[in-house]
Amino acid sequence: MSGRPEHQAPPEIFYGEDEARKYTRNTRMMEIQLVMSERAVELLCLPENQPCHIIDLGCGSGLSGETLTEQGHVWTGVDISSAMLGVAKEREVEGDLILGDLGQGLPFRAGAFDGAISISALQWLCNADQKSHNPAKRLYIFFSSLYSCLSRGSRAVFQFYPENSSQVELITSQAMKAGFTGGLVVDYPNSTKAKKFFLCLMTGGQQPLPAALGVDSREDAPNCVAFSQKRDRMKQLRAGKAPKKSRDWILEKKERRRRQGKETREDSKFTGRKRQSHVW
Amino acid sequence: MKLLTHNILTSKCLKGVTVGYPLGIVCHTQAKEVKVNEVEFNPEFISRMIQKVDWPALCKAAENLGHSDDLPPAVVDDYENNEEFLKKAHHFLMEIEVINGDLICPETGRKFPVTDGIPNMLANEDEV
Repeated sequence: MSGRPEHQAPPEIFYGEDEARKYTRNTRMMEIQLVMSERAVELLCLPENQPCHIIDLGCGSGLSGETLTEQGHVWTGVDISSAMLGVAKEREVEGDLILGDLGQGLPFRAGAFDGAISISALQWLCNADQKSHNPAKRLYIFFSSLYSCLSRGSRAVFQFYPENSSQVELITSQAMKAGFTGGLVVDYPNSTKAKKFFLCLMTGGQQPLPAALGVDSREDAPNCVAFSQKRDRMKQLRAGKAPKKSRDWILEKKERRRRQGKETREDSKFTGRKRQSHVW
Repeated sequence: MKLLTHNILTSKCLKGVTVGYPLGIVCHTQAKEVKVNEVEFNPEFISRMIQKVDWPALCKAAENLGHSDDLPPAVVDDYENNEEFLKKAHHFLMEIEVINGDLICPETGRKFPVTDGIPNMLANEDEV
């Protein structure tokens, strides 16, 4: 396993011609992106049945943009990889595409957009890909320019893959500094495979966060095996026998050894007595 | 790049730029480098966009592209209910596409090339 993509190369190099093609041919990848895009649009809480003007941040080959088109919205996408944008053009996506670096700021007029989504892109901003890069500064420039080009009351939803909690902290602190309110929504928090992070940012003052999916432990993550139930079944296999290491189990085991004719110590009142825990 | 997108683009991310709007458009040979498409008309969307659009900048851009015939010089009153106006606005905002050319910062003269419909807004390290 080669590890996290953003540790291998800057995004415009990692997503070169080959990777861009692979990314957009992988049906499993496309399905995951589709589901995450739909969830992100859901979290945007846009007014019903109203076509909106949305910016797709890190739009790549246009997979997430297609969800926006499907839902009747008009979108513009920004990405740093010309190879990925090339694939988007080939796929004839409806949205306008712009080659740009999110960390340099969004070059749009105030209030231009009714909402923003971003799928699997934000973690790329946390790494310094050039000597001159300061991730915290780039994140701040990004968030403050995003804040200004969103109309008042609109939201920005980012699905991303945080490497650790300090990355989450870095991102949220820069977003708050830029004037956003909101927070992290974590879907399926108990499933390693299905767990997804959505940063939901709002411009209209503090509002309640949308509810996460899969927080009720009985609700299964989609496409995942119910491992926890299987594990419980394994635990019950020792039903009918004494639990291991208990006094009863020790006595039973000694009986078994005697029946096998092995040399066994006599039972006494000290057999299987609770020992004082060691203090090393 | 649709004229709607051009209408919201600025060069304000560059150092030393205050407003950076509107960006000039230059197309070297208008015939090949501007395309006219057919896009589904959505009156509600156009109505809302007209509030955000800078109309004089739209007129100037359409003129630069040589595609300004029939473009109303100003937003009419009660445009929400004026379907003819909305249709014209739709045509200019959504159906005219710049394929190749340059966008020009009004304050520094810096050029942002447009290639195959995609404007390159990447700035050099010393420009931000």
